[in-house]
Amino acid sequence: MNKWFSIIINDNFCKGCAICVEICPKDVLAMSKDANPSGYLLAQVIEPQKCIGCMECELHCPDLAIEVISLKDATISTRK
Amino acid sequence: MILNKYLRPEVFPTPFCPGCGHGILLQAVLRAIDELSLDINKMVFVSGIGCAAWIPSPHFAADTLHTTHGRPIAFATGIKLFNPSLKVVVISGDGDISAIGGNHLIHAARRNLEITVICANNSIYGMTGGQVGPTTPMRAKTATTPQGNPEPSFDLCGLVRGAGASCIARATVHHTRELIKYIKKAFTHQGFSFIDVISPCFTQFGRRNKEISGASPAEMILNLKKLCVHVKSSDELFTFKQNDKILIGEFVK
Amino acid sequence: MQQFLQGNEACALGAIQAGCRFYAGYPITPSSEIMEKMAEELPKVDGVFVQMEDEIASIGAVIGAAWAGAKAMTATSGPGLTLMLENIGYAIMTETPCVIVDVQRAGPSTGQATKPASSDIMQVRWGASGDYEIIALSPWSVTEMYEMTIQAFNFAETYRIPVFLLADEVLGHLRESTRLHQNIPIIQRPEKTDLPPFGNYADNCATPMPLFGQGRKLSVTGSTHDEWGYRLTQSPSAQARLINRLCNKIRQDLDKISLFETYFLEEDTEILVIAYGFTARGAFTAVKTASQKEAKIGFIRLKTLWPFPEKIFSNLPKAISKIVVPEMNQGQVVREIQRFTNCQVIPYNKTDGTVISAKEILEKVNDIK
Ligand code: SF4
Ligand code: SF4
Ligand code: SF4
Repeated sequence: MNKWFSIIINDNFCKGCAICVEICPKDVLAMSKDANPSGYLLAQVIEPQKCIGCMECELHCPDLAIEVISLKDATISTRK
Repeated sequence: MILNKYLRPEVFPTPFCPGCGHGILLQAVLRAIDELSLDINKMVFVSGIGCAAWIPSPHFAADTLHTTHGRPIAFATGIKLFNPSLKVVVISGDGDISAIGGNHLIHAARRNLEITVICANNSIYGMTGGQVGPTTPMRAKTATTPQGNPEPSFDLCGLVRGAGASCIARATVHHTRELIKYIKKAFTHQGFSFIDVISPCFTQFGRRNKEISGASPAEMILNLKKLCVHVKSSDELFTFKQNDKILIGEFVK
Repeated sequence: MQQFLQGNEACALGAIQAGCRFYAGYPITPSSEIMEKMAEELPKVDGVFVQMEDEIASIGAVIGAAWAGAKAMTATSGPGLTLMLENIGYAIMTETPCVIVDVQRAGPSTGQATKPASSDIMQVRWGASGDYEIIALSPWSVTEMYEMTIQAFNFAETYRIPVFLLADEVLGHLRESTRLHQNIPIIQRPEKTDLPPFGNYADNCATPMPLFGQGRKLSVTGSTHDEWGYRLTQSPSAQARLINRLCNKIRQDLDKISLFETYFLEEDTEILVIAYGFTARGAFTAVKTASQKEAKIGFIRLKTLWPFPEKIFSNLPKAISKIVVPEMNQGQVVREIQRFTNCQVIPYNKTDGTVISAKEILEKVNDIK
């Protein structure tokens, strides 16, 4: 059975460094063309269904801007 | 987020540059605390001056002492000796801990003082504009070695081992799970513990040394995978040399 | 309790009496006996003693221990004090109570380690970077080495500031009969406080010293900060507000801090001698001798050097026209005196590593009469 995960990106904290995008083994994430008020281009979730919940993106985000939630535990939308 | 309870939300986003390794270390420390269920109210985080000193101060919702350049271990010594029930953790940069503060590092290790020293090692002086430090690799370009660093660099794990440290590890912010494991070990160790954490600074080091660092902060972090070699035993660390590779692992258990 | 004690020992006993429970230091002549006595006495009262790797680490450990709840002290001499100054600046900025004893010796640099001087007066006043007020006390007897150490701790606790005790080699090593008063009031640190950790801006004063480990989540920094310890390194108003309060908390209490004693002062006194520290002993004897010979001469002894007791000059006898200031330096306190008076101020300076005798001061006084 396929386990589902929700990925939340905090637009206020993200500085667009792309570490999460580069480190994700399943290409779930990509950089968007939208900037936050500080002018940083944000990371965004493009293929949530591919996520395997490995947590690599969350563990490597220097700005605590990305969180992976197992939908077994909670139901939360993909964008705060 | 599970780490929110350890943070002062009002000070975010952090002042660090985009992609700075120190933010990854910041969360690794808090994850170690969370996984061990430590009471953060009984911990004191001491730091010196520099980008790394801002990891705990003011981000951690805990007692934090942001001291003078190079001296956090001296301040930590006073705290720990007067109130041994507090868990005292020093988090500071490589220049702070090994250049200006090198004397305090070796003496805390010699005393086997029960504190944890986490050295956020970006191999450069970041905050002051990218000058060479004692951990800068030979030949690397910095603001004060435009022709390349002519001096060899310090092996901080070897240094504290020589001084008598009883728990030593090196990890990187790319190897986050190992990093958290080592921090947990250090936090539960009885005696002096030291972790050398390779934490890239693209702004000051990476952009001047793209041939080893890559073209962006993200590449610099991912490159650590290629640059590092795991060592299995502490003996390996001190006998085994591989040019331009970073040896990571636990060195004294 | 009458005892035959050395100045340095009396200082250590005063510290213990004041509640000092942490000492970190590094050996330096002529202060080392304070450290040795503390190493002996602290374990008896469950205190902590540590000999650190240098003076920088010593004052660092003292400040750390203060935040962990200790009344803490270190002792040194001029060259060691120089190394401590950066962290003393940190203690001023973070409002950390602690006591620093400087048993002064002849300098600059290594100078004459076993010879006395009063040449660190300006070092303690202006040695750290930035603008600040400081408290420095100057004992003249072994008894005062004991009492002023207690006073130094009391000031440190009241104003949350590092306080200097400026002794010198002769006083540190002098042995004399001493009464150790057991009933000097001691200011205790509160066990718990919920006030902002860094200052009461309404009254421009310090708030009670909080401590680590009580769940207060204290943010302590040597950078410019607000009353909760948040760094504000770009704000002109935050910098102005903090520095003003750090200075004003001392300046507004000069009456309580800037202490001095007057002797033989009459309406018709014409010559005044002002001295402090060990030199004040010779000055006292000289003035006493001269006044017995009908000279119109008086004496003021400075107990506090910083903040300078400027109140002295607000109601001096009108007849005074000359002020003699003997000092074991090339003229440090004399400049402060010149700032506050129109009288002719005559320095008498000696920097050969020997003390100034009563005879020398008497000769000087006779010269200018
Ligand atoms: S790693 Fe964090 S800060 Fe960097 S792009 Fe991803 S979410 Fe944003
Ligand atoms: S949890 Fe793993 S798979 Fe899912 S987005 Fe993050 S890095 Fe990609
Ligand atoms: S200068 Fe370097 S170490 Fe400092 S915040 Fe920027 S990336 Fe991080």
